[in-house]
Amino acid sequence: MQTKLSANELLKLEKIAKEIRIEILKMVYNAQSGHLGGNFSAVELILTLYKKVLKHNKAWDKSKDFITRDRFVLSKGHASAVLYCVLAEEGYFDKKDLMNFRKFGSKCQGHPCSNSLSGIEISTGSLGQGLSIACGMALGLKLDKINSFVYAYIGDGEMQEGQIYEAMMSAGHHKLDNLIAIVDRNCYQIDGHTECVKTIHPIDKKFQSFGWQTLEVDGHNIERIFSVYEKAKELAIENKKPVAIIANTVKGKGVSFMENTAAWHGKAPNKEQFEAALKELEEQN
Amino acid sequence: MGMRTGEIISVRKTYGETLVELGETQENIVVVDADLSCSTMTMYFEKKFPERFFNAGIAEQDAICTAAGLATCGKIAFVSTFAMFATGRAYDQIRNTIAYSNLNVKIVATHAGVTVGEDGASHQALEDISLMRGIPNMLVMVPCDSIEAKAMIKFAANYKGPVYIRLPRTNLTNIHDEDSYQFTPYNAKIISEGKDITIVTNGETLIECINAKKILEGKGINAEIINAHTVKPIDTETIIESAKKTKKIVTVENHSINGGLGSTVCEILSENYPCKVKRIGTKDVFGQSGEQRELMHYYRLTSDELVEDILAFAK
Repeated sequence: MQTKLSANELLKLEKIAKEIRIEILKMVYNAQSGHLGGNFSAVELILTLYKKVLKHNKAWDKSKDFITRDRFVLSKGHASAVLYCVLAEEGYFDKKDLMNFRKFGSKCQGHPCSNSLSGIEISTGSLGQGLSIACGMALGLKLDKINSFVYAYIGDGEMQEGQIYEAMMSAGHHKLDNLIAIVDRNCYQIDGHTECVKTIHPIDKKFQSFGWQTLEVDGHNIERIFSVYEKAKELAIENKKPVAIIANTVKGKGVSFMENTAAWHGKAPNKEQFEAALKELEEQN
Repeated sequence: MGMRTGEIISVRKTYGETLVELGETQENIVVVDADLSCSTMTMYFEKKFPERFFNAGIAEQDAICTAAGLATCGKIAFVSTFAMFATGRAYDQIRNTIAYSNLNVKIVATHAGVTVGEDGASHQALEDISLMRGIPNMLVMVPCDSIEAKAMIKFAANYKGPVYIRLPRTNLTNIHDEDSYQFTPYNAKIISEGKDITIVTNGETLIECINAKKILEGKGINAEIINAHTVKPIDTETIIESAKKTKKIVTVENHSINGGLGSTVCEILSENYPCKVKRIGTKDVFGQSGEQRELMHYYRLTSDELVEDILAFAK
């Protein structure tokens, strides 16, 4: 099993991450709506998962290994743009469809819709439901004795939804060692800093008290993200318990005036802002 | 030999037994409950197939989404709790996760209507049909006896997509005879023909309407009774044809008159064949504690009150 990314792989992934951020910016600008902050915080985590960790196949339900695929549930469905970019990057659909994001008749709906786009496991958007769905998938896989993993991607603000704790309890109870939750800890939600709106801290202790193991990672460091995914799988199997990865991220990562602010949670840039953001993203190494 | 006409059987028990029967031959059937398996009777399935039964505990939202996750793995997921909590507490989960993704989940909710009895209004779902029929992709069914319930559950298991089946707490008198009965999922059934007035009903009020018809006959009114067991999609044709004949429609349901079967009938008639409709059901009020029959009388749902109200309407 590969435990470390080669320098070459790392460079390649970093380059794609940069391209995806630019793509997301263009998509949201083009749609004049969307969620830049929470998409930018998730780029490296979702990209690395699909490129290096998740067993999946762009042929989707026509592939022979369809039932043994790993599952990914984007519980914070408003990070749809990054998921669409990664799926397009992986060949699920034509990249030119990305520019129809949020437009009438588009495969790329505002929030993920499983019936309009292959590669989407289940429709999401209403927060708090993805972890329960992931538990159901993990139980289903176990019933069929399929050794695949389920990854649930949760927003930190989403942890104010009570159902998250119902699911946490369920995963702990069933000792779901095929379930990995990723918490995008970007510290901001629509109305402000998470700890001002309603305290979420300490996330790790919450998971632990429900029978989970936790890991922490810099959610923008691809090398460490890859290692933490591998470590999470190892820990889950070894101790027969689900694992939560608390990924410390920056809301709006990559564009200075969008970073660490709630203002860019769900706002589209105007022409001037778009050009300034694009310039910043293009200049990054 | 199957169940016979006139037998009084717990429809929830029938549900539990049917699940076991289905489970024997269909390995992909799984069941999720939310700490009410002893009341919904999914406990029979748990006993027989413990590895395919999942108790979400007192967590209805989690139960619904767990069933959704299981369905994405190719399972036929039945999920049960009281109608109040299934459709009320977990409405968003049913709409956004199950129905929007068009998943193969069967919500079989029990203890619907005022006949929950002593537990009172907090447990008496009078709005569940209204909530469920507004959701795209959702089929909505209400059985009148154990024979129909059994057939409906078997149909649901083999239908691809979300289904809502509403069961009462009450033991129901079999109207049908299992050996001769055939379930027609999309066609409402004319239980008995008549020419003066049409009664459209389903579920546990059907037997009350049948009894009311006998009394009405003595008073010179020949009522046609339609069992609209499937509220969505509703059998428009049968109802319109009957309306053309009688020109007077009464709807009867153990549910609010707002948004349920009565509203459904009004919608199709006002669009296709406008005529007078009297909706009988609970009238924009909550339920309350009491014995089952006592409550049925109070909310004017037994044959006695139905006769009075139908006579007043037919005049």
